[in-house]
Formats: sequence, C-alpha cells, structure tokens
Amino acid sequence: MYDDRPVIMVLVAALGLFIVVFELVRQRKLKEQYSLLWLATGVALVVLAASRRLLDVVAVAVGIAYPPTALFLLAFGFLLLIVLQFSVVISRLSNENKKLAQEVAILQYELRRIAGDGEPGETTDTEV
Amino acid sequence: MRDYPKTLVIIPAYNEEESLAHVVALIREHVPWADIAVIDDGSQDATGRIADRLGVIALHMPFNVGIGAAMQAGFLYAARHGYQVAVQNDGDGQHAPQEIPHLVAALLEGDADIVVGSRYLEPRGYITPPMRRFGIIVLAGVISAITRRRVTDPTSGFRAGSRRVIEFCARLYPHDYPEPESVALFARAGLRLKEIAVTMNPRYGGQSSITWWRSAYYMVKVLLALFIGLLRKVPAA
Repeated sequence: MYDDRPVIMVLVAALGLFIVVFELVRQRKLKEQYSLLWLATGVALVVLAASRRLLDVVAVAVGIAYPPTALFLLAFGFLLLIVLQFSVVISRLSNENKKLAQEVAILQYELRRIAGDGEPGETTDTEV
Repeated sequence: MRDYPKTLVIIPAYNEEESLAHVVALIREHVPWADIAVIDDGSQDATGRIADRLGVIALHMPFNVGIGAAMQAGFLYAARHGYQVAVQNDGDGQHAPQEIPHLVAALLEGDADIVVGSRYLEPRGYITPPMRRFGIIVLAGVISAITRRRVTDPTSGFRAGSRRVIEFCARLYPHDYPEPESVALFARAGLRLKEIAVTMNPRYGGQSSITWWRSAYYMVKVLLALFIGLLRKVPAA
C-alpha cells in the first residue's frame, strides 16, 4: 500500500490540464491538430490516476515498485512526444518561412524595377 | 566576342559593405557579359544600400536566412529568368572574379553540370589554417567516398552551374553551410561535377561566417547531413 496523495495530485493536475487544453481549443487559441497529444496526455493520466487497480497492473507490468511513479513516467513520455512534435512543426515552419522570404525578396526587386524609373534605389542615398 | 550563355553571377552578401562594391567592380571588369545579383541576406550594415546603388539585381532578404537560403533565392531568380549559367561568387572578396571566365569555360566544355573552383587541386599559395585544412581534408575524404570521385575542395562556394543545376538548386538546396552537402546532393541527383584549380584571395573584408568555435558544430552538422543524406531519396535533376 502506498500514500494516495501523489496519485490524487496527478489526477487533479491532469483534469486541470484537460480542461485548459479543451478550453484553448474551444477559443481557437490552440489548433485541434496540436491539441491531440495534450488531450491524450490528460486522458491517459486521468484514467490511470482514477483507477488504482489499473495503475497497479501497469506499474507491475513495467517493473515499477512504487505505482505513482508510473504516472510521472507516462507524463514524461507524452511530453517527449509533444516536444518532438514541436521540433517537427518548427522545422516545417522555418522551411515555409524561408520560401516566403525568398519570394518576398524577388517580388520586392521586381516590383521596384517595374514601378521605379531606372535603378531601384533608396531615397536616402548618401555618397559612399 | 563569342556568344556567351545568359549568365548570372550570384553574390551572397551578409554585412559585406567593405568589399561588395569592389567585388562587383571586378566582376563587371572580368565578366562583362554577365548579369549580377547581390543577395543581401538581412545585412545590418550598408550592404543593401550599396547593392541598390550599384545597379545590380539586388534581392533583399527580409531577415537573415543563412547562406543556403540566400543562394537559393538567387537560383530561383535565375531559374525564372531563363539563365543558362549561374556562378556563385562570395561577397567577401575571397573569390577572384578573374577566375570566373575559367569556371564558365570549363562548364561550356560540356562534360560537367557544375564546375567548382578548388583551392587545393594544385598549390596556388592559398594558406588555410591547419585545423581548418584538416577539417576540409576529412570532408573531402567523406565526400569523395560518397560521390566516388575525387573532390579536393568541398567547402568551396566558388562555382559555376548549368541550367540543370540552376533548376535543381531552385527546388532543393541545403540550408546552412550548404557547399559540402550540395556537392554530395549533386552527385546523387546525377549532376556531373568537375573541379578546376583557382587562385583565391585572403579575405578582403568582413569576417568569415565560420569562427573557430563554430568549427566543431560545422563539422558535426555537415557530417550528419551527409550521412543522413545518404539515406534520403534525391529527386533526379
């Protein structure tokens, strides 16, 4: 037998997480596609923390002597997944960002060439 | 004067106010048939204003995107405007524009899609610090093994590419420290690479984008990119 308090703490925190994430999605501050892993984290933690028996089974299955630790391990695993997802998304965004920057540079030059008479120069030219 | 192919000399420039005008003047002198594009990669100094005043094709990146993405903007421009040859000539004055006609002539021989100006193919008095030289030799070994041909200067950004290379690079070009990776990429895309010996200057102004403490990161990043690149599908050029 072990102290219930860590499990209750995780249960409360996970419920809070679930509600906050759900609310962020509802308010369109978080995109559904990025909320999935967060919601899965919340659900998994709530289910395990709410059912003492299930938690014990999982802990025994992976050889963890003190079952509440399994909750933290699970949370840690989900966090790794979420952070990895962020890295992937950041890479994609930076690639898209790069393409936009290239297009902006080219468009700006062509626009100035079309609009400007002669050389596309600065209005604040000073002698070199 | 013979018929020259429509040529774009692309100058990637990040904070090169001291050398840029000089580099452009040399290119105009030695490669008068070429158009010149300066890619101002979000410089904080006067590079952008100088580029505008010089009357070249001045592409201003809205922020610093790194040399790979900056060069790719040049390739993109070259691809869309029908250039047959693109030459990369760095804005720091290290590349001697006198050599550009040799690069282009070697390209026009037709047995290569990309011609790289090598500092090490024959001794031309270019002095490389020992650690950097060691790093380049390691990279040259790895890349020679990957591409199954002798590459002596995989970090050289002094190169001339054909229309096929322009179109390929406009689609796919490595991000930062792009030269070694692109050499491997070209080989895997079926683009033929040839090196010719060139003379390079010591840096004219500015400072190298590779400081000593970044060298370790550089090596790790480039080697990682090379090895992962081997496991990647590369679209045929």
